[in-house]
Order: sequence, then structure tokens, then C-alpha cells
Amino acid sequence: MDFDRIKEKLNILADAAKYDVSCSSSGSKRKNNTKGLGDSSGMGICHSYTQDGRCVSLLKILLTNHCIFDCAYCVTRKSNDIKKAAFKVQEVVDLTISFYRRNYIEGLFLSSGIFKSPDHTMERLIQVAKKLRNEENFNGYIHLKSIPGASDELMREAGLYADRLSVNIEIPTKSGLKLLAPDKKHEDFMKPMEKVKNEIIQYKQESKLIKSTPKYAPAGQSTQMIVGATGESDRDIMYSSAFFYKNYNMKRVYYSGYVPVSNDPRLPALGSQVPMLRENRLYQTDWLMRFYGFDIRELLNDENQHLDMEIDPKLSWALRNRQLFPMDINRIDKQSLLRIPGIGLKSANKIVQARKYRKLNWEHLQKIGIAINRAKYFITCDAREKELKDISSDHLKQVILKNSVSKFRSDLSPQLNLF
Amino acid sequence: MPDVVFTYDGTFKGFLTCVFTAFEQKVNPLEILPAGADQQHLFCDTNEILSEELKALRVLKGLKAKVSSNGMTRIRWSFLSEAEGIEMELYNMIKYIFSSKEKVDLDYSHPSVLYITKVAKQVGREKHRMEAFVRFRLTKDDIYFAIIEPDFNVLPIIIKHFKSRYADQKWLIYDLKRKIGAYFDLNNVEYVSMELPEDIGISGGNLEYFDPGEIYFQKLWKEYFDSTNIKNRVNMRLHVQHVPKRYWKYLSEKSPFT
Repeated sequence: MDFDRIKEKLNILADAAKYDVSCSSSGSKRKNNTKGLGDSSGMGICHSYTQDGRCVSLLKILLTNHCIFDCAYCVTRKSNDIKKAAFKVQEVVDLTISFYRRNYIEGLFLSSGIFKSPDHTMERLIQVAKKLRNEENFNGYIHLKSIPGASDELMREAGLYADRLSVNIEIPTKSGLKLLAPDKKHEDFMKPMEKVKNEIIQYKQESKLIKSTPKYAPAGQSTQMIVGATGESDRDIMYSSAFFYKNYNMKRVYYSGYVPVSNDPRLPALGSQVPMLRENRLYQTDWLMRFYGFDIRELLNDENQHLDMEIDPKLSWALRNRQLFPMDINRIDKQSLLRIPGIGLKSANKIVQARKYRKLNWEHLQKIGIAINRAKYFITCDAREKELKDISSDHLKQVILKNSVSKFRSDLSPQLNLF
Repeated sequence: MPDVVFTYDGTFKGFLTCVFTAFEQKVNPLEILPAGADQQHLFCDTNEILSEELKALRVLKGLKAKVSSNGMTRIRWSFLSEAEGIEMELYNMIKYIFSSKEKVDLDYSHPSVLYITKVAKQVGREKHRMEAFVRFRLTKDDIYFAIIEPDFNVLPIIIKHFKSRYADQKWLIYDLKRKIGAYFDLNNVEYVSMELPEDIGISGGNLEYFDPGEIYFQKLWKEYFDSTNIKNRVNMRLHVQHVPKRYWKYLSEKSPFT
């Protein structure tokens, strides 16, 4: 192994791959039954964290950063004058195995610039995964990128070796895509997604009948959208997201605040701030949609196209729907509990458990760990004292803001100082 | 009945024998201490309890009938914390368990149950951190070798994880603090005790002990770690929250070797 050359390639191709957010390594059920290497049957493990606070659990690299496309938002675009490099298939295999054996990583996340043709690229990615599984007897986690425009046959093969497949939609609207990635077609993204979805369904059905059916992408599909590159609204983003969850059975949709990589006039200038707070609010909305039983149209609609940056989306929804509150914590069902600001999944479960034994009062709720400072305006419990309810939603919002600390406060301070 | 302090050999088996003895002799020990620990009570009898397999098993069997499987895990894990006074907390919890008709290992209103739950959670976190932060180095004789110094004695409970994951390589994880290691020889894991040379280090690849390629993989890993960072998003507070500074010494990507 020529270490210096590999090191240089690693520098270039890890740097180019870092804008892919997904680092999940759980959800697969690949057991090490053959006394081979690796086991991904348990939960994922973060082996380290970068200085930006993101978890490192996979070796996340591009096979190459040569690309025939010229998408403005992408650091790997054809017209970008940066150092180019390419790994050989065997080099990626060796690197993955050597890192895995040292307990540095949970597995490999392999993506690539598109060289020659989508099929040609996809085939190489599959080669790496196939070698890892068949020659190295590797049961660690493999996440492969589905290359837009890759053929159905290749997508079918990819899922047999990978635990997860993903196509990054990147730009949430068709018009945005036209503006920033004129040579890519919307359908090119959808086709591999559709194929993988159908294969997953089919393999699942077969494995019910025939136990020896091989696993097909057991950790499912995911996708990613860039936030803040074009002028899309939060509503546009979350509606696309809801569409993917519903129609393509996505395991996850990731939101990635745009990090300026070009001085293209169509995009935010180099040095502009990464919209991290917005990203956070979008993830909160995503969770409300997936785990809290909210319909996305309740949170974002024609009247409310953007999320409130000062407060979380659930509180913001509750302030718009004061007629539903206060709710009696000792009576309402779990679905309603989940709609109260300051009560999460864990505390909702604890409340349901605890109230079997006794009626809960403020002290109980405090101990259970709900965020009383927000919740108290929306609930009643087994106590006399009731919190003020006759004030307007705007006023209530200010009261809550005044009595809470947010880690984002410094990001918001210029606006808050006005009041 | 005179006040009495139990001492035992520091093993879980020994502790369970203490519990058995207390019940059998109908005494309530003031303290249960591992041998060699400082005794707080000057004017009382000390009873040295010798580990007995059968007695320990009987306590264990009795517990299993009255505790959920999660509760058993919490009892075992909290014992591994080696926290001062953990024996008495466990003893009080076990007494409470045996005195109640129903399963009570989830009754957090009992102070010992709550305490044990908390400690077990801390041990669980340390276990998970060790599974994440162990960094193997390949030695000249083809063994993947790692040094740990965990806050709690988690070596016994991380073995299973590494055994199922690294079934085709020989490995040795050595707890420097407790001077005991777990060695996997491709078939079984056994505990080993040994003197390590001073200059073996936690990272780095001293050629006297390690495979010539070893140091390069550490360098490649550091290169990867640095390249994958997005500078526009630096958030050191979050970083340190995830990787507390006391663990940095294990992580070759965080150590400044060349």
C-alpha cells in the first residue's frame, strides 16, 4: 500500500463526501453467523465526533470526485477547479477493512461523482460492496449512494450487498433543480428510488414465505435536501419530505444547511452563514410528523409558509390553536398528550404509566421531567393553581421566551433586542 | 446483637455470599466492604466472608424469581461501578425485593432502587463509550491490542460485543487501571494479567511491539477525521459534550503524535 498516495486521496475524497449528512449505522439486522468480520445487528455506534459536533460512525468517502455534471451547489461539480482523485476498488476495500478491524468505524458510506455514465459509476460502487461481502466476509454496515439515472438491474443488485441505499434529491423544488442543476432531470432521481422501494417490498413479502430469501437493503432508503440554497420555503421543503416518507417509504429524510462552496451568483455568497437554526427547526418538524402524529398541513400551510425561528414548531402550532387547550393531563389519551408543548415521547409514556396509580399534580410532572415552563400554559392537573389563560397568544409567546433559555439565543439576539 | 462489618473479596460472588450470610445469621451488617478498604466503624466486629459458589447461586436464583431481567442487569451493572458504599445500597435493595410480594425493581420511590438505577445507567453509558472508543493496534504477533482505563469495571460486559464483531481476529483489551485484560484467541475469551512495558503507549506504533503498517493506519485515520470536519460549522461545545476530554487520550485522532 502506498500510504502517502492513499493519504492524499483520502484527504480529497473525504473532504468532498462530508456534505452528505447521513451517518446512521443502525437498523440493519446483519448478524455475524459465519465467524467472519463485523456484526451490524445491534444499535449504531458513534466512534468519534468531528469538531462540528457531528458523529463519525462510517468511513464516508467518494470513489472519485470527477463528475460529468455541473450542479452549482455541489463541490464536486465539473467546473470546480479543485484537485481531483479516484480510489481503486481494492483500495476502498482495504481501507474499510483496516479501519473496521481497529474499531474506528461501523462500516462504509460510499458515494461518487458520476464518471463516464451513471451505470458505469453505479457498477463500480456495487463492486466495492460485493468484494467486501463475498471476499472479506464483511458483515459491517454498507451505505451506497444510488446514482441518479442508474438502471433498474444495477439498483436491484446494489440492494443485495448494501444495508442502506440513498439518492440525494438535494433541491426540494423542480424549479430550483432546473436553475442549479440544468443537466439533471427530476425523473432521474425518482427512478432508482422507485425501484429500490419496490424491491424492498417484494423481498419482504418473499422472506415471509421463504426463510432463506437474501436481505435486500435491510436499513431502507434515505434522502437529503439542501436547505437555504434556493429561495424555497419551509413549507416547500417539508411537503417534499412528507411526499418522500409517504410514497417511497423513506427511513429518513435529512436536511442539510447549505455550506457555501462557490461564488456562483445563483447561490448564497461564500462566507455566508450556514442556516443551522433553520435546519434544527426542520428536523423538529420532521419528528413531529413521524413520531408525534402531526399532519404536515397542520404545521405548515398557506398562511404559515415558514417555521417560527424563535420557538419550536409544536409550541408555535399550539399558540395558533389555543381553543384546544388546556387539556387535562389525567384524562386525555396519549396522542393528545404528545400534542402538548413541553411533553415528549418519553414523558408521555411515563405520564400514561404513572397516572394508573395516582392522579398527577405539578410536582409529579416536574419529577417525570416534562418542560413545565412551556407545558404549564396548556394543561390542567390535580391541583388548584391554574396558569393564566386569558392572555393573547402573542403575549404568551413573549412570556415563554422570557422564562426560558435557548442554546440558540445568541443567534436570535439581534431580533430580540428590538423588543 | 453486636454491630458487625462484613468484608469480602470484591467479587460479585463474594458480595452475594455476604447477602446470604446476613439473611442466614439474621444480622444487619453496618457495612459491606471489599477487603483492604478503609473501615469507618472502629468499635465493631469484622466478619470476613469467604466466597461460596452455592450460597451465591441461591441468592441469585431467589433474585431471578422476584426481579425483571432488566432489574437483574441493573443489579449486576451497578455492582461493576465499584462505587463506595454500592454494596450497602444493593443489600438494601435486595432486602426490599425479598420482603415484598410483588416485583419492586421499578419502584423508584424507594431510595436504594432509585440509586441503583442511576448508577446502572452510568455504567451502561461507560460500557457504550468503551465499545465506541476502543482503538485496536495491530501488534507484531498479529493481535489487535487496545488499552482502556474505564471509570467503572466494564470489561466483563463489553466482551460479548467485541466477540461477536471481531470473530476472525485475535484481540486483547487491557484495563490498565485494574490490571486485567480480556484475550480472544479466535475461539474463547479468557482473562489475562500481565506487565505491560512502559513505552507501549495508548496510541502510536512503537516498532518494537507493533506491525510496521500500524502507525500509517493511525495517520490515515487522523487524516480522515480532519478532512471530514466542516469548518463553517464548528461547535466545540457540542464536540466536547460528545467526546469528554478524559477520553481523548485513547483516541489517536485526538492525540498530537506525528
